[in-house]
Amino acid sequence: MTDALWYFGRGTGLVSLVLLSIVVALGIGARSGRTAFGLPRFAVSLLHRNAGLLAVVFLLGHVVALYFDPYAQLRAFDLVLPFFAEYRPFWIGLGTVGFDLVLALILTSLLRHRLGARAWRAVHWLAYLCWPVAVLHGLQTGTDGGSWWLRTVTALCAALVLAAVVWRFTPSFPRHPDRVPRRRPRALQEVR
Amino acid sequence: MSENRLHIDWTACDGRGLCAELLPEILVEDDWGYPLARSGEVRPVVPAALRKNAERAVDQCPALALRLVGEILNR
Ligand code: HEM
Ligand code: SF4
Repeated sequence: MTDALWYFGRGTGLVSLVLLSIVVALGIGARSGRTAFGLPRFAVSLLHRNAGLLAVVFLLGHVVALYFDPYAQLRAFDLVLPFFAEYRPFWIGLGTVGFDLVLALILTSLLRHRLGARAWRAVHWLAYLCWPVAVLHGLQTGTDGGSWWLRTVTALCAALVLAAVVWRFTPSFPRHPDRVPRRRPRALQEVR
Repeated sequence: MSENRLHIDWTACDGRGLCAELLPEILVEDDWGYPLARSGEVRPVVPAALRKNAERAVDQCPALALRLVGEILNR
């Protein structure tokens, strides 16, 4: 039984890392430019949203399984308060930081229409922080940090996110390259 | 009473083009990717049949620039 928790905890951790990488890549690619493979923009945004929610489901599985895993020795507050864990406090702590960031991202996104675009976007920038934190946590915390397959999967995740960043900055990315970048002087807003 | 018109907040709209994809019956993109009402109205009417898609567009607009409003607001 305890071994099952351990396997489940590792498996769900890896799946949430893969999903999180897809979500980050889609988020980077979902800016105002062209979309990959000619997908409609609303499809990219739906995929980004739903993959994000799915990542959280696996993340909850990861956290709950390792909470009950006797070897990880997590206490309830280790799940939300970083850097006090018994075992590898720093690397588990990075996981906790990632978890807190993910929770903040989901909550603000679900309340987006009440918070307003500005507050929501400010929090959503944290998403960029969440990903490297999760990558380091995944490589350094677990049983499988040194294994070739965990390293390979992590490298593929990194390649995916990197590709999204590169794609984002290619000259052919903007749909309307001649469009004047948006600036919003207060006075003009009143005139409109 | 029904809120059957689409209001676009131009100070917020970022020209991402999601709305024109979801509501091609009502909106077209202008040359810079900003949405324009096919009917030429400031706040285009949303027929009942397109209501669901309009709600989707409101929900998905990355800039929160869309709203469904009633006739009374259609100044
Ligand atoms: C952004 C959120 C998180 C992601 C993407 C993530 C991902 C991962 C990955 C990929 C591993 C490596 C699994 C392996 O070695 O096979 C791992 C291990 C681990 N994680 Fe997380 N994690 C996250 C959050 C957390 C949180 C909040 C905690 C608990 C406070 C936690 C505790 C652990 C522990 C104890 C291990 C070691 C498991 C073992 O190998 O025995 N993680 N995580
Ligand atoms: S979806 Fe929103 S930001 Fe994008 S063009 Fe339509 S109104 Fe503007």
